[in-house]
Amino acid sequence: MPDKYHIKTQPVPARRPRIGKCGVVDWREDCANCHNCVKKACVFDRYRQEADYIRGLTEMDAFFFQCMGCFSCVQQCTKGLLALSENPVYERLGNRYWTPAIIETTWAQAETAKIPVSGAGYRGKFSGPGFDSMWTDMSEIVRPTRDGIHGREYISTGVDIGRKLPVLHFSKDGQIKMPPLVDIPMPMMIDVLPKEYSLPQLLPVFKAVAAATGIIMIADSKDIGLLGNELEQYLPNIAFYFASGAPLLHKDILRKTRLAEISDDDKTDQRIKELKNINPDMVVAVRVTLDAAGVKRAIELAHRPHMEAIHVVADMNGDEIGAKNPRFVKDMVRQIHNPLVADGIRNEVTLIAGGGIALPEHMAKQLLCGADLVTINLPLLIALECHLCRVCDVSRCPARLDEMDEKYAVGRMINLIAAWHDQLIEVMGAMGIRDARRLRGEAGRALFFEELEEATFGKIFGSRKNR
Amino acid sequence: MAKSLVPEKIDNENLPPNTVKTLVPQVKVERVIKPAPPRYRNELAKYIIRRSADCIMCGKCVEVCPQGVHIMKEGYKYFAAPHQHTCIGPACQKTDHYCVDLCPQKALRMVENPMMKLLGDYRWPADLILATWKMAETGELPSPDYGYDYECGASEGGFDRLRFKFPEKPPVELREDEIDTSLELNRRNDGRPQIKLDVPWYGGGMSFGSVSNVTQLSKARAATAFNTFTCTGEGGYMERMQPYDDHTITQVATGLFGVREETIQRVRIVEFKYAQGAKPGLGGHLLADKVTPAVARMRETVLGISLFSPFPFHSVYSIEDHKKHMDWIKHINRRTLVSAKVSTPIDVDMVAVGSYSAGAHIVHLDGGYGGTGAAPDIAKKNIAMPIEYAIIKVHDFLVREGVRDKITLIASGGIRNAHDIAKAIALGADGVVVGTGELVALGCVRCSRCESGRG
Ligand code: SF4
Ligand code: SF4
Ligand code: SF4
Ligand code: SF4
Repeated sequence: MPDKYHIKTQPVPARRPRIGKCGVVDWREDCANCHNCVKKACVFDRYRQEADYIRGLTEMDAFFFQCMGCFSCVQQCTKGLLALSENPVYERLGNRYWTPAIIETTWAQAETAKIPVSGAGYRGKFSGPGFDSMWTDMSEIVRPTRDGIHGREYISTGVDIGRKLPVLHFSKDGQIKMPPLVDIPMPMMIDVLPKEYSLPQLLPVFKAVAAATGIIMIADSKDIGLLGNELEQYLPNIAFYFASGAPLLHKDILRKTRLAEISDDDKTDQRIKELKNINPDMVVAVRVTLDAAGVKRAIELAHRPHMEAIHVVADMNGDEIGAKNPRFVKDMVRQIHNPLVADGIRNEVTLIAGGGIALPEHMAKQLLCGADLVTINLPLLIALECHLCRVCDVSRCPARLDEMDEKYAVGRMINLIAAWHDQLIEVMGAMGIRDARRLRGEAGRALFFEELEEATFGKIFGSRKNR
Repeated sequence: MAKSLVPEKIDNENLPPNTVKTLVPQVKVERVIKPAPPRYRNELAKYIIRRSADCIMCGKCVEVCPQGVHIMKEGYKYFAAPHQHTCIGPACQKTDHYCVDLCPQKALRMVENPMMKLLGDYRWPADLILATWKMAETGELPSPDYGYDYECGASEGGFDRLRFKFPEKPPVELREDEIDTSLELNRRNDGRPQIKLDVPWYGGGMSFGSVSNVTQLSKARAATAFNTFTCTGEGGYMERMQPYDDHTITQVATGLFGVREETIQRVRIVEFKYAQGAKPGLGGHLLADKVTPAVARMRETVLGISLFSPFPFHSVYSIEDHKKHMDWIKHINRRTLVSAKVSTPIDVDMVAVGSYSAGAHIVHLDGGYGGTGAAPDIAKKNIAMPIEYAIIKVHDFLVREGVRDKITLIASGGIRNAHDIAKAIALGADGVVVGTGELVALGCVRCSRCESGRG
């Protein structure tokens, strides 16, 4: 058995004041100065920590109280003076899709590299838009042993990028010619940041993170300077992206490149040929924008016999680009995956999906919907305590991204990826799936809200539309 | 055999000679409703009355308020902290005793408590928590004056999208004593005793260590009073539960921690915990520092070493294995009923039928949104289906297989109030298991920090 894929982590504390959901507990006048003030009895010791914090505080713009919302001080205060309030800074984090809760949990994972654990049952809505309208399944009966992340057993999260042969053809002397494959230890790549949040100082960080975790970052070919002199060290973990008309990179670089990505245009086939001529062992992925034509285009490309990998990309919230009533990325991926299965060619081409992957469960769910792997970007930015401001402006950045050092940034991102990896293994363990390659399109391990709703309540109340 | 057990007299020819029963005197708990006021100085309230410095201590408000909100103590210069939680809020405006209007100084003001936004969540909104507290305090429904909306949660799906359509007038007049809420648990006609609960619910498993002694005993006493059951959870049988043996279910979970012949023989129901709704397919993990001397003794493990309950039972990979398990328990305790607690995967219907053929009396489905002392967030939200779907699926399949009336179907994982119980039964369950509701009754605020062992 090969070594288990393992990401080395260590805690990387936050640089900025922590922001919790419960804001300042305001105490009004009239305090009786009790000897055994409830603040001292805070079960989580937050008051004392806060006092320490205030003493060292040099700026007053920050909300610093990270109360756990247990209400016990409020309930016990002698004079009934205490109240919890919502932290307005918390409420303003992120946006509709990247909710404060997502940002908060991402921060915690980037700090500790641990799987978030909490008590009490699920607190959220029954289902929701996007990835919240499906569940992953588990099976109670016959299955292989599944011990989750604590397991003695090997759960492989590795996947391959490239073209796979439908049947093997042996030459006369018994040889098989296999197309090149790029293997990656978990079904995730780092995509270029959306232009709203494109921060050039993150490129070297991504590079180091990709190298440390063994995954691959996609970098624009114009950022070739990133490579520096350390070609051998970093090139295996970088896939350069060639926009339409962008010149190809130097042959020496291309010859050592494992994976490249090109934009989809009318010269797509020609571009692939040019690259393959220079390096036949390189895998070329085609980036297809998930706009109104995206699904159809991806299917069409997948039918071309030389197509190796297709990278479909929705917007950062997982929505169809430029649509009034956008389809969600998971549904678009199903619309690509299912016909390819029906046509008997799904296995031959690799489908990479990006956009809207905000939590590790999204990665697992996107695979269940038919992607071989996903690309992410914003979670890594959030790992650096980014608030995902509506307008990213480094001069007023609440996360002080201009001040961070690389060690911190790399450590936080590695921690996040490690936590995601562990969570992927948790759900794979529950599903009884030992190999991430088998997760792709495994609809038997996915539960879709619409289908369950129809199957259960449909027969009682009639179909949803007709109700 | 343990000293506290004796062979049971054979008064039923079906009970074989090695049937035992508990010797520990069983406690009786009267089913009487006594006021149980909140423990806190400042019970959280939906509305707050604020008093300004204009107050002249005339005492008018104390006099008019029938709810006893304003507390003026003799010899004190100021008012004591008001009993905010008994104030009925805006409903009072229409009465002739609205203190805010009657105060000669206009010193009073009523505001909605801004903290309500932070209390509860979609599944347990603030109103449902407050209403549950009131029910626990008084034994009655909260007065409609409070205006709590506690019929549903705010999760916008499942139970929260189902409402009963009550006729304006019941089609037949029923007296309360004509309504039967009892539930018989043994439908197999296999010679094992019948167990009849007075109510269609019993208490969820909460293990030694995950909740306090007081909580566990409160659960046991309440279960005894209502002639129903409570459950020990995984990890052993506390001595203090023995006076409630006849109302206790003991669990055999995948780690087999604390499972001994004697614990199996004590009880009238044994539950196999195959999985838990909040973390289906994941097993359990008791952190090292929670393995205290007492826990280690009970679980027969080593102090300070973390304990894993694997998933699944490593001795069960088929229905035949499942049957072997059941037979084992049935052999050790000839009078016990056996329950199989499973979570809700898509093939839960097959699992239920499998449990029936393996000999279970009860199949207990624990839905994906069920409670837990600690679970990975990713599991709580994303694995297996909510209980609402599973009940219908299993019920229909059992009907089709012709065995619906031979097994008791119990549902849990998101049953919060009486309406949910009725909905679960209407969808096809025979009864339910309640867990979180019991804790809310004890003052739980749903802050979800149980895993810290501090909340
Ligand atoms: S609500 Fe709880 S966690 Fe927050 S400050 Fe008060 S005692 Fe501490
Ligand atoms: S926190 Fe900083 S990096 Fe993040 S969006 Fe705001 S300004 Fe940009
Ligand atoms: S009625 Fe008004 S003035 Fe009189 S005691 Fe009450 S609050 Fe004070
Ligand atoms: S509003 Fe009514 S119930 Fe509330 S304190 Fe005043 S008199 Fe009492």
